Amino acid sequence: MVLFKLTGEQTVTPEQIAATEIPATGNIILPLSVFIAKKDALASLMDTGSTGIWLDTHETLESLISAIDDINKLPIIAIHVERFADGRIFSLGTLLRTRYGYKNELRAFGDVLKDQLFFLKRSGFTSFLIRADRSAEDAITSLHDFSQPYQGAADEPRPVFQRYNRIA
Amino acid sequence: MYKYDEIDQRIIDERVAQYRDQTRRFLAGELTEDEFRPLRLQNGLYIQRYAPMLRIAVPYGMLSSKQLHKLGDIASKYDKAYGHFSTRQNLQLNWPKLEDTPDILAELATVEMHAIQTSGNCIRNITTDQFAGIAPDEVIDPRAMAEVLRQWSTFHPEFALLPRKFKIAVSGTMQDRAVVQAHDIGLEFYRDAQDKMAIKVWVGGGLGRTPILGLVIREHLEWQHALTYCEAIVRVYNLHGRRDNMYKARIKILVKALGIDEFRNQVEAEWAHLKDTPNTITEAELARVSKHFEDMPYENLPTNNASFDAAIASDKAFAAWVKRCVHPHKTAGYRAVTLSLKPHGKAPGDASSEQMHVVADLAEKYSFGELRVSHEQNLILADVKLSDLFALWEKARANGLATPNVGLLTDIICCPGGDFCSLANAKSIPIAQAIQMQFDNLDYLHDIGDIELNISGCMNACGHHHVGHIGILGVDKDSAEFYQVSIGGKQGNDASLGAVIGPSFAAEEMPGVIQKLIDVYIKERTPEEQLSTPYVGWAWRLLKHTSMQIKSVQKRKLQHEQLNQTYQRYCFYRRKRVDTY
Repeated sequence: MVLFKLTGEQTVTPEQIAATEIPATGNIILPLSVFIAKKDALASLMDTGSTGIWLDTHETLESLISAIDDINKLPIIAIHVERFADGRIFSLGTLLRTRYGYKNELRAFGDVLKDQLFFLKRSGFTSFLIRADRSAEDAITSLHDFSQPYQGAADEPRPVFQRYNRIA
Repeated sequence: MYKYDEIDQRIIDERVAQYRDQTRRFLAGELTEDEFRPLRLQNGLYIQRYAPMLRIAVPYGMLSSKQLHKLGDIASKYDKAYGHFSTRQNLQLNWPKLEDTPDILAELATVEMHAIQTSGNCIRNITTDQFAGIAPDEVIDPRAMAEVLRQWSTFHPEFALLPRKFKIAVSGTMQDRAVVQAHDIGLEFYRDAQDKMAIKVWVGGGLGRTPILGLVIREHLEWQHALTYCEAIVRVYNLHGRRDNMYKARIKILVKALGIDEFRNQVEAEWAHLKDTPNTITEAELARVSKHFEDMPYENLPTNNASFDAAIASDKAFAAWVKRCVHPHKTAGYRAVTLSLKPHGKAPGDASSEQMHVVADLAEKYSFGELRVSHEQNLILADVKLSDLFALWEKARANGLATPNVGLLTDIICCPGGDFCSLANAKSIPIAQAIQMQFDNLDYLHDIGDIELNISGCMNACGHHHVGHIGILGVDKDSAEFYQVSIGGKQGNDASLGAVIGPSFAAEEMPGVIQKLIDVYIKERTPEEQLSTPYVGWAWRLLKHTSMQIKSVQKRKLQHEQLNQTYQRYCFYRRKRVDTY
């Protein structure tokens, strides 16, 4: 499978992984590539229950799943979206919730804007780090843009025809 | 046709509010152009060469009289009193003001209409056969399933920002009229051995700059699984389709890169998880939606009508119109009628506000208040009594809607082209008009017979030039507008893509070039041969003749060797198509 970033540049290098400094304590979100490369050394840190995983949209869930015995040991998975138009984040969130049974906090960060928030919520995201130059208070209002969506999704698996007795 | 309940209505009302806020923020400078672009596109708003263009959704081509009246009013109030019906059965306004678009959407919402997902990198309007529900060769009326799909795809959160646009077509006839093989997903409905409704699923078709016909990913899918199976396909595409190069981002490129077998494996693996999840369509939901598409309350009529027969016998012009513009109907005593939006010398697919009101009234009076838009950019009254045809024809003729050229050379499919579209390399409407004027003799047109001529102003192929018997593509050569001609394209069950002949031509040469092509065609054709016959040996013969004939138009020397190269190239592409697509 070809992995590519939106801009076409290389994904992370071994040097970058080696040079990543990991704090000894506190709430930490580790990049997936660092976690996979240093898995054994990080075992005790992972057991603290305060270390989550940072996933980029070009990374695969399979690589996360195969590197960890129980995904629900992670208190948080944070998916980074480099450009808001990169809709892979919606499938990643949906799969984490519906396929892999992930139950804890799922966060979107990076180029996260008001107009994608409703879709992110429906794709199973529960926290949003709005881009720093935008108002989070304003963005949050869009979570209620639509009151009765048609199709089932990660947040509400039943489509409208399963939720209501629609009469022709 | 489908009528909204309060849930449907609330969704489009909420959309108007959402879009109004987005437009306000853009105009206030709170959203950048880059941020606003996908938002406005998903509401059908392009920024065009001279003004914005608003594409209004006509789901699977169905309109009511009330809706068409509203469209006519909107075109008068917010535009230059005309609109353009597109090859995807939608309506485009060419001159609305950006700041007016929220109000236009609010007006549309009052008649259960919208512009949701008519553009942008998302699932677009679902298209189908314009004769759905009334065609004698129909096996299954696909409109209820098209509506179920419309609802599922509307604001589907997982597929809100795909790598590229995504088009779905549905068909339920023996003779495919929805071009399912030229869509990202084509759903061909049929009755299986158990007499149950089933779907043959095509994937990876598309025109554009890399024209490819779709391949069958599944021969048999039970209808209940239509949504979950589409979810599996679109999910694989969303995750793995290319996002680094917009010209290689359509699903057809992914299917080609993986090969259909590997792509199928991935989709089936995904579907194993999705099958029987809550998006599985229930009998009750299909029954609810199908109620909206039940037969019209037809009268019990005899097969023949004496006054109609008399009018045919006595009025040559009426007879000519009936021959081209009136189509069979499954119910005795009824016919479907195409109102041609291709009068010679006018922009193909355009209708004035006045014409929209006229057609809405005709539909009200003669066709149960409903009509359809065809992908050939004409309007259809689907349920007209034989005894009403003459009166209908007189009124249509008085309003420029009865040119008896449906299916003939001048029934040109044409994109808006360089006159409006900022993507276009060349103008297309003036070429269509010039060709229509070149062939402005109805007897001659009838002699030529069924021929489809499609024009696109650029390789994005909105005019479907690849599947035209004759295709014309506008190209940019050193900042000048030229036109490439292809022959042998075809839509339908045995769809094929046209092969390019010769060099490209200047705009003023085009009527002459088409004339030469037609001259050769008439001279060379055998009774069985149609221009569309996808047969290499025959195409070669025509290619050779036309290239030689065209030479004299162009006053250029075309060496035999060059010609041979063209042929070799043509064979290569044909081989490639068979081998790799």
